[in-house]
Formats: sequence, C-alpha cells, structure tokens
Amino acid sequence: MAKDMYTLPSKLKLFSIIIMVLGLVGMTYGFLTTPKTIEDVKEIMAAQEGHHSEGHEVAGDGEEHTANFVDTARGEEGYSENAMEHATDLKPEGHGVASHEEHLLHQLQTRPWSATLVAAFFFMMIALGVLVFYAIQFASQAGWSPVLYRIMEGITSYLLPGSIIVFLIVVFAGTHFFPWQNEELVAGDKILQGKAGYLNFPFFVIRGVIYLLGWNLYRYFSRKNSLAQAESNNYASYRKNFKASVFFLIFFLITEATMSWDWFMSMTPHWYSTLFPWYIFASMFVSAITVLALTTIHLKSLGLIPFVSDKHLHDLAKYMFAFSIFWTYLWFSQFMLIWYANIPEEVTYFIIRIQEYKLLFFGMLILNFVFPILVLMNSDYKRVPWFVVIAAVFILVGHYIDIFLLVMPSTVGHNWYFGIPEIAALLFFMGLFIFVVGTGLGKVSLRPKNDPFIKESENYHF
Amino acid sequence: MASRKIHAIYTDDDLLMQAVKQTRAANYHISEVFTPFPVHGLDHAVGIAPTRIAITSFLYGLLGLSVAVLMMNYIMIQDWPQNIGGKPSFTFYQNMPAFIPIMFELTVFFAGHLMVITFYMRSKLWPFKKAENPDLRTTDDHFLMEVDADNHDVEKLTKFLYDTGASEISLIENEQDH
Repeated sequence: MAKDMYTLPSKLKLFSIIIMVLGLVGMTYGFLTTPKTIEDVKEIMAAQEGHHSEGHEVAGDGEEHTANFVDTARGEEGYSENAMEHATDLKPEGHGVASHEEHLLHQLQTRPWSATLVAAFFFMMIALGVLVFYAIQFASQAGWSPVLYRIMEGITSYLLPGSIIVFLIVVFAGTHFFPWQNEELVAGDKILQGKAGYLNFPFFVIRGVIYLLGWNLYRYFSRKNSLAQAESNNYASYRKNFKASVFFLIFFLITEATMSWDWFMSMTPHWYSTLFPWYIFASMFVSAITVLALTTIHLKSLGLIPFVSDKHLHDLAKYMFAFSIFWTYLWFSQFMLIWYANIPEEVTYFIIRIQEYKLLFFGMLILNFVFPILVLMNSDYKRVPWFVVIAAVFILVGHYIDIFLLVMPSTVGHNWYFGIPEIAALLFFMGLFIFVVGTGLGKVSLRPKNDPFIKESENYHF
Repeated sequence: MASRKIHAIYTDDDLLMQAVKQTRAANYHISEVFTPFPVHGLDHAVGIAPTRIAITSFLYGLLGLSVAVLMMNYIMIQDWPQNIGGKPSFTFYQNMPAFIPIMFELTVFFAGHLMVITFYMRSKLWPFKKAENPDLRTTDDHFLMEVDADNHDVEKLTKFLYDTGASEISLIENEQDH
C-alpha cells in the first residue's frame, strides 16, 4: 500500500503555500493600485511624457520603421495606425483627448483582471488538456498508457477549482474584457447588434455554466469508474468509462470552440478567425502533455512508479514534439492567411501584437517551435529525463506567453507590462496547482489495478 | 580458399529471435539473416550497429531548406520582383511568410527522397539487381539464419543449431572464383 502512495513532499508543499500567499498579496496590490479617476491617469501620463522624451530619438526610429512597413505594403499613409485604433478603441464617441484618457483609465483598470485571467486560464487549461488526453486513451482503448491513469487523474483534480475561478473571472470582468457587454457601445455598433443573439450576458453565463458542468461531471464520473474498476472483477466500470469518454470528447470539441469564442475571441468582438478554437486547443494540449511528462518524471525520480518505463516517457516526449509542431502549424496557418489577405478588420489582430509585443510575439515562436524541435528531435534524447525537462520548461514558458498574447493585446493594448500583478497571479496559480495536484495524486495508490490493458501497458515495448 | 556457411531455416519469428540470441551467446558469428518481413528488434539481436540514416535525413532536410531559401530569394526578390496582393518584393524577410510553405515542402522533399536513395545505395539495391536470397521460401513464410562455419566443428555447430529449433540445416561451400 505505502510503496506506491504519493505524498506531496513537505518542502514542495511549503513552497506552494508560500507562493500562493505571496501571489495573493501581489494580486491584491495589483487590484488596489489601479488608477481610480481621470486625474490619476493624467498624472501617470505626465510622468510617462517626461520619461519618454529622454529616449525618444532612439525609440522613434524603430517605431517609424515598423509602421512604415505596413503602410508601404498597403500603399496608404497612416493605415496601420488607423487599423490599430479600430482594434483597441471600441467606443461610441470620437477620439477626443478626454475620451483618450478615459480609455487609458479603462485599460489600466483592466490590467490586474487580465493578469489574473492569463495565469488562471493557463493552469486550468493544463488540467482540462490532461482530461482530454485521458478521455482519448479510454475512447481509443490505448494499450500503452493505462499505467499513467492515476497520474492523469491527479492532474485533473485541479480542474474543479481552476475552472470555477476562471468562470468567476470572466463573468465578473464585464466590460474590462468584453466590449460587447457595454450597452452604449452596442447601441451604436451595427456589427455588435448583429451578434447580440449570441453575445449577450445571460446566454454567456449559461454557456459558461454548461462548460463547467460538462467537464467536471465527466472528470467526477470517470475518476469514480476508474477507481471502481480497481476493486471489481469484471469490466463493467471500464465499459462505462469508454462510453462516457466518447460522449465527453464530442461535448468537449464543441464547448472548447464556443469557450474560445466566448472567453477570448469576443474580447475583440469585430475580429474573427475560423481557426481560433483549434489554435487554443493546440496550446492547451501541448502544455497538458508537457505537465503530464514532468509529473511522471517527478514521481519516477521518487521511485514510486517502477511500472512506468522510459518507453512511456519516450511516448510522452513524442507527443510533446508532435504537438509543438501542430501548434506551430495552426499558428502559422492563422497568421499567413490573415497576413496575406491583409483585410483591415482581420489584420488588426496581428498589427497590435507585432508592433507592441514584438519580442514576446516572435520569442514565443522560438520557445514553442525551434527549441522543442531541436531538443526533442533525436529519438534517444526523448528517454533522457533532464532533456525532457529542459524542453518542457521551454514549452511551458512559451505557452504561457501564448496565453498572455491572447489576452493582453485585446484588453490592455499597449499599456502592458510584466510586473507585480502578472508575476503575482502566476505565483498564486502555480502554488494552487502544485498544492491541489499534489494532494490529488496522494489520494490513492498510483498503480491502476484491473484495467483490461494494464498488463499490455506494463510490458509496453517498441 | 573455400568459405563454409551453414544455413539454418526457422518457421517462426519468435523462434528465430531466440535462436539468434542463443547463437550469439555461444560465440558463433551470424553473417546474415533473411526474413519475409521486418522482425522487431532483430537488428539489435544480431548486433548490427544502429542506423545512421536519421542523421543523413536531418542533413538532407537542412539542404532542402537552404535550396528553398536560395531559390525563392532568387526567383521572387532578385530576378523578377512582383507586387502580389499589395506585397511588393523588397526583401526576403518581408515576404518570408509566403515562402514558408515552399521551404517546408522542399525540406520534406529533400529529406524523404534523398533518404530513400541513400538507403538503396547503402543496401546495394538498384534496378535489375538479382536477388541475393539463398532460399525462395524466405520471401514467403520461412526465416533463414546464415552462420559462419569456417573455424568451427561443423558437426557440433549443426547439433547446436538443431537444438535452437531449426527445421532445416544445410552446409554451403563457396569456392572463391567459382
């Protein structure tokens, strides 16, 4: 019994609690220090003005160059600037000075909300992605993976707290995130009026509740069946799990698409991309498998799972490699079509990301594509734990940036900064994730018994 | 000078794998194995060095990528710049997103084709080449292990191979310049 039981090491537990407390303090600080009035914003702008004029000569050159590139390509002076305003300034009045300051105030007040959502969603999507991976193993009756079922179930134990937090954030963020919830704005906007049948607050909340119920109910029942299977002498529980997994995957693929429209795409309600849900899914899935590999390596190093061999690690690393490429493929497919067509209402999405977030935008490609492909290409390296850990760190940092770039440009525009609210939110949710997953892993023995494929999985060889 | 070999025929791949391991453990030298289909783990059991074809594939891929970059740069930027869809061809990096599908395809094309050609050359395969298989049944359902018998007692070796489960054993004598 005790041999394959996991307990969260006390140091790791302490660490997770400390960073949760630090994170909570930092997040509170972030919410409390946002400017409250236009006067505060004017002060900030005055301070920035003084700061800017010093380094303006140097910075000015680069900015002009990027702006000119879009303008020259389009053959129209000031095109990019116009498009950017359309992307970020969705408001009924004109672009007067007063409204500009109001707008800035709004963005500065939004920043702690965005910072919290980025970290909250990042860790929630890891649990959700592992749940999908788990469902795929059951639906495809995979023979190699049953030894990892308890580890997957441990990670998905974060889904319940994680998804509730994300849900609360998106419901209470209101116009901080979703301009379509601003009635004044919708009254003067024909496009938003056309979308009001879908993008309205009651339906938005109902959809969120449906996602949460569906995902968490599957997690609850599949875990229950999986544990029941360990105690039983027939395969009834396994069969139930197979059916539940098939229906969950159908449910997930639909709700994942609408979730990505609701929570991310509707932050810029004029913009749309048909590839968007898949793109979010790729990010979710590759991060999830990466965390699964990291957890497996952690448990293996403690000697708790002797039945998991380097062949299993090899397969997980193959998935990390493959889905990094898959993510890049979807990222590029979305980027190239929009870049090539250069339609004003579509291209705004990338103009703001390239002009204001250039380093993150292109750095993310190196972290998410170039590094994993080079580190994990060699077959033998996929079995070396520290190699996989290095690749995993690149992938996780890269996909955190990916989520950052989904949320920040659409909500705070160019008023972004990686400071206390962002770091605090990251710390808090990382601590919560470690704590919940560590506790979840320790609930039952890590060896799944009586699964019909467990023998095949333990003897897995290729 | 004559070289003597013993051909032992097996009827099952698991039996063959076991025989290969036993033969190697008894310090006999296996010069070749003929099978109707790839037997998993056989190359490792016979003691053949791991293939290096993956490395050549990577290098060919790099070559393909370079060819694509040079080609697109010459065609679209230097030789005949065109303004396509409002994107004039000023520099390579500005137009690069449009070239990436070509860069990808040529990387795969070079890696794939040159790897196959390398494989044929290393395996000494070419059109109209005569089959080297000593027994036609190894293309159907039999497995043949060829063991060097030059410095061994043939009687003893035969007995040994018989014990490993060979269904047929034959001694082959090859005269040089025959």
